[in-house]
Amino acid sequence: MEETLQKILENYRNNEGNIVTILQDIEKTFGYIPEEAVTWFSKKLDIPASRFFGVATFYSQFHLRPRGRNIITVCRGTACHVKGSERLINRLLIELDIPDDEDTTPDQKFTVEKVNCIGACGIAPVAVVNHEVHGKMSLDKMMKEVRKLKKTE
Amino acid sequence: MDKEIVIKICTGTGGVASGSEKVLSAFQNAIAATGTEATFNERCTAKKVGCRGFCSKDVLVDIIINGEKTTYKHVKADMVPRIFDEHIVKGNPVAEWTVGDDYHNFHQKQQKVVLSHCGEIDPEDIDAYIAVGGYEAARKAILSMSPEEIVDVVKKSNLRGRGGAGFPTGLKWELGLRIRSDVKYVICNGDEGDPGAFMDRSVMEGDPHSVIEGMIICAKATGSHKGYIYVRAEYPLAVKRLQMAIDTCHDRGFLGNNIFGSDFDFDLRIFQGAGAFVCGEATALMRSIEGKRGMPSPKMWRSAEKGLWDKPTVLNNVETFANVPRIILNGSTWYRNLGTERSGGTKVFSVTGKVKNTGLVEVPLGVPLRHIIYEIGGGIEGDKAFKAIQTGGPSGGCIPAEHLDIEVDYESLAQVGSIMGSGGMVVLDETSCMVNTAKFFLEFTQEESCGKCTPCRIGTKRMLEILDRITRGKGREGDIELLEELARYIRAASLCGLGMTAPNPVLSTLRYFRHEYEAHIREKRCPAAVCRDLITYTIREEICKGCGACKKVCPADAIRGTRKTPHKIDQSLCVKCGTCFDACKFLSIMKA
Repeated sequence: MEETLQKILENYRNNEGNIVTILQDIEKTFGYIPEEAVTWFSKKLDIPASRFFGVATFYSQFHLRPRGRNIITVCRGTACHVKGSERLINRLLIELDIPDDEDTTPDQKFTVEKVNCIGACGIAPVAVVNHEVHGKMSLDKMMKEVRKLKKTE
Repeated sequence: MDKEIVIKICTGTGGVASGSEKVLSAFQNAIAATGTEATFNERCTAKKVGCRGFCSKDVLVDIIINGEKTTYKHVKADMVPRIFDEHIVKGNPVAEWTVGDDYHNFHQKQQKVVLSHCGEIDPEDIDAYIAVGGYEAARKAILSMSPEEIVDVVKKSNLRGRGGAGFPTGLKWELGLRIRSDVKYVICNGDEGDPGAFMDRSVMEGDPHSVIEGMIICAKATGSHKGYIYVRAEYPLAVKRLQMAIDTCHDRGFLGNNIFGSDFDFDLRIFQGAGAFVCGEATALMRSIEGKRGMPSPKMWRSAEKGLWDKPTVLNNVETFANVPRIILNGSTWYRNLGTERSGGTKVFSVTGKVKNTGLVEVPLGVPLRHIIYEIGGGIEGDKAFKAIQTGGPSGGCIPAEHLDIEVDYESLAQVGSIMGSGGMVVLDETSCMVNTAKFFLEFTQEESCGKCTPCRIGTKRMLEILDRITRGKGREGDIELLEELARYIRAASLCGLGMTAPNPVLSTLRYFRHEYEAHIREKRCPAAVCRDLITYTIREEICKGCGACKKVCPADAIRGTRKTPHKIDQSLCVKCGTCFDACKFLSIMKA
């Protein structure tokens, strides 16, 4: 870990970075923001850890806990909402048995999240399954994707 | 025979999602495999272009043979061999796959200025942009115009900020020019956060150089040497294409030191947002670039006086910058004459929701709303009844049928209780519930409120609670009045635009659709049959054939019945997801 963090630190120094860019690099590398990484940077840069956590909890891109190996993001922008994205989300939560107030299955196979709009409104409703954008998503198509992922797990 | 063949494939986010990369490689493979170039002595290229704004027909492919264009819709990779063989090799277009009149209508009735290159040129190729006149305006501005001259042209063009508020761009630049400072910044706001708006994404992905060129001109006009493009985290493709564009500009000497061989320096960086709607607000966006929590600050100064790192900063929206090169080249009179007396030029709208042709629509300011929905949008999907059009995203409002003939500009939309905003237009039909729509937007603003000021943080929460109980059938007498009272306070006392406009969706739906609120509260009924707690699904026994399709798909195992006998829904188990409603081919399931 030390070595990876060192690289992020160098990138920060070379590219006039700031707390946001450091956290973006950490999130990209680890998939979430581990507490140890924040403590490490806090000591190296002599910036209180609270400032890191302040920024990390402000932006939706940062996660303080590990996420699932498969990430399904359902867009809930206006166009998607009008075309039924809420039903997609509800069905996913039931199908994957995700506990109330959580977004990840206990075995960390799946994370289901909402995004405010990815700007592909012309092909609403839209879902992003592991970084791949799928348009005109129906309950059927969604379940097919889920079954595919369950098999490969 | 010497033929020039160009194949253009849409590779915007919408196109990629529909499989355009596979289509592109299928064409490239076909070109390589058939050795087209050798046999026919043709120059044949397959290239990617940006979004054409008609994503519901993706993947769209243009095949241009000696200048004659044929467009195919819904192209999949397995269709490519036939198109290639019949059309490109033998010269007969595959008629059954080509686009119809609706496609041509959709484009012909628009007037494209900002979008004129999107879908036509390869956004990853700077020479394609230069071939259509790219960087001529920047060269002219840098080499032969004074800052005052540039400001004057922009002022006379009547260009107003396309991010929503509509502040005159020329005036903003003039302020930036007048302030004396050793360091000044130019920022492009690409944090297109309004759900339902995607014109900025399209421009950044489909014509990134026009944004950069607009920024170079602004830098010269205001005497700035450093700029930032703030792009939201949800647009990875836009970041990639802009970065490529910036890099090639450095290679060509269009960015960096002594640009275009002059003594003027200007450099640009991309800053990626981290997911916060409020960062679309100028002061919050600047805090975000500084690496802080993106919270707005009270407007004691204009950004042009004190902005990023307390230095003078000129901040404009993506679409605003993309307009600038055209204005410099074609002149302010041309641009001003396109629009209305008070706002010049065209505006791009993203028309979505329950309309036949969803996509990006660019029209001169001042065209009637009806023209956008019916002439270009093709009318309502499934020929249902039009109910309202929601404009301006979560800060805007719903406009009912009686105002369809208003001429769209900043002032007229405000008059009917909505706003222009970033240009999102969501069409709602008879199956949309207005209370639910208002709740949707308030849920959004409540979640995205940064929490700095109390009226927005707590006020939106209280309003949402009231709306929530109304949609659950637990609304009380007096709730409507309470909503209106809260809305007044939030509007008057919030710190930034997010809070000040947050009550708009509720106020405008109350203005035009008060009866729907009353039906929810007094009769515990959702007239559009949308609100989950107020509807029940039942199977009409006289129609049910007992096919079992509904039983198979029900995620809650709430449907009972044996084959070929009418089925029944156990209401105590039903989660009201509506899956059975979609699955029934005989329309025997009732929603009420």
